Amino acid sequence: MNVMDWGPLWLTLQLAGVTVVVLLLVGTPLAWWLAFTRSRFRTLAEAVVALPLVLPPTVLGFYLLVALGPHGLIGGPWKDLTGSALSFTFTGLVVASTLYSLPFVVQPLHGAFEAVGKKPLEAAWSLGASKLDAFFTVASPMAVRGYLSAVVLGFAHTLGEFGVVLMVGGNIPGVTKVLSIAIYDHVEVLDYTQAHVLSAVLLLFSFLILAIVYTVNRRLPVHVS
Amino acid sequence: MSRLDARFHIDYPGFRFDVDCTVPLDGTVAVFGSSGSGKTTLLRCIAGLTRASSGWLRFNDTVWQDDARGIFLPVERRHVGFVFQEARLFPHLTVTQNLKYGMKRSHPSRRRIAFDHVVDLLELEVLFQRRVSHLSGGEQQRVAIGRALLTSPRLLLMDEPLASLDQQRKQEIVPFLQRLNRELSIPVLYVSHALHEILQLADHMVLLKEGRVMATGPIQDVFSRLDLPGLVESNVIGSILETRIAEHEPQFGLTRVEFLGRSLFLPQQALPPGAPLRVQVLSRDVSLVVGAPSATSSVLNVLEATVLEVSESPGDQYAVEVKLDVGCPLLAMITRKSFQQLRLRPGQKVHAHFKAVALT
Repeated sequence: MNVMDWGPLWLTLQLAGVTVVVLLLVGTPLAWWLAFTRSRFRTLAEAVVALPLVLPPTVLGFYLLVALGPHGLIGGPWKDLTGSALSFTFTGLVVASTLYSLPFVVQPLHGAFEAVGKKPLEAAWSLGASKLDAFFTVASPMAVRGYLSAVVLGFAHTLGEFGVVLMVGGNIPGVTKVLSIAIYDHVEVLDYTQAHVLSAVLLLFSFLILAIVYTVNRRLPVHVS
Repeated sequence: MSRLDARFHIDYPGFRFDVDCTVPLDGTVAVFGSSGSGKTTLLRCIAGLTRASSGWLRFNDTVWQDDARGIFLPVERRHVGFVFQEARLFPHLTVTQNLKYGMKRSHPSRRRIAFDHVVDLLELEVLFQRRVSHLSGGEQQRVAIGRALLTSPRLLLMDEPLASLDQQRKQEIVPFLQRLNRELSIPVLYVSHALHEILQLADHMVLLKEGRVMATGPIQDVFSRLDLPGLVESNVIGSILETRIAEHEPQFGLTRVEFLGRSLFLPQQALPPGAPLRVQVLSRDVSLVVGAPSATSSVLNVLEATVLEVSESPGDQYAVEVKLDVGCPLLAMITRKSFQQLRLRPGQKVHAHFKAVALT
């Protein structure tokens, strides 16, 4: 039996963590726009955001592979800028995971911002708060449950992704070999012990965060205006 | 005295909002009209919460909006306080944090209203320990008013602040609004469709109908205009007299008030001598006597009056409305028969006998 290899676990946590941070930065303004815009493009944007929910990961992964490659729409300019392509890199995985988990972050935030509504914001503005100030001191604290759901779902969903990672990241140990792929590898070579341990770790870990989150969520005050 | 010049135009489906008015900001100015007349829209345009498709707005000498020149001062830089129909307190903050939210954001050099003063005025100290969600509707609205006042606004905009409260809670808040009026020199624009509130609180009014300004002016004048049939039912409102408490006569259950140097009597009031009291005289409670007043009349309130104008009563074909001058306008509704017997004409001197009711 081989020595237990914890590299994929560590890499997976890193990927999920970085992805969630990126998702919050991208998803918050997007969710805000969806919640408050009256633009006719809103429904189209909502459909695009929801695409990863229904698309097979291999389809999304395939397009991303093409786009992130050295001659791709994103990978090309990126290569000119940095000297390396995005496919088969950790950064490429972050980009892919961000798109893949986007609905899991945007949808809870969108719902939370809609529940907060314009009314408390108008009150804050009339009290002299700038738009940004009102966002941080009124909208965000009132939408705290939405943020919690977004972070947890985004993190957990990234932990479990397989197809997109395989397509875009390949299977490079220490760079793109995440937990789900490592488990697949172990099963392929009939190393059930390693597969068992890693699977059990992922199962337990996922269960624990979800349990903690649901407990915390119940105790958070509900703010309905 | 501050003033506001406003021109706004918005085309909503099925509703055109087209307002052009100059409002003197002295004490409380009521924005009055039925539901859907555009009162709230006017207030939101003034605050900058709604942007009219074409608008021009000037507060004293500062232009807040001029679409011809692309000027639009955002709401947070207009320094107006806004009290909404619902209190809109921030549920994640304590009562004290809510009160200080706007105060902390106002520049110290602009602060003219002390925290303790507002807390005393609105009796807020008892609420400090309570959670926002556990406050009653009236208490929430008191906190919301205090929160707006603590920004030391140049202008306080109130959008039917009592509409979501039941009758009893309304009457709890009204004295606070009257105190605010007396003790702080902040002009208030007060939107309401409740006549009683306006009669109790306002000095001036802007009358709106179907998105247009029908009249502006002191409320005594607007309510005594005979050319606004149907808008203001003058036989329901009557006239408003500004009086001052002179003395109480508890043995008769009466209070004597002074009105332009003369005495009027009302059922006994709780206010101390010297306090101002607004008195309402219903036009159907006024009777007119031509010639010397009878010395033996049972009517306590008699004023010399000059007939100004006579017109048909909009509600009653057998009645006539007479506008009198008693130092301020006074409306009387008399029967057509009396009108013919008295042969009333403008300029004629008469005596008005009436019963008065305090507006408290």
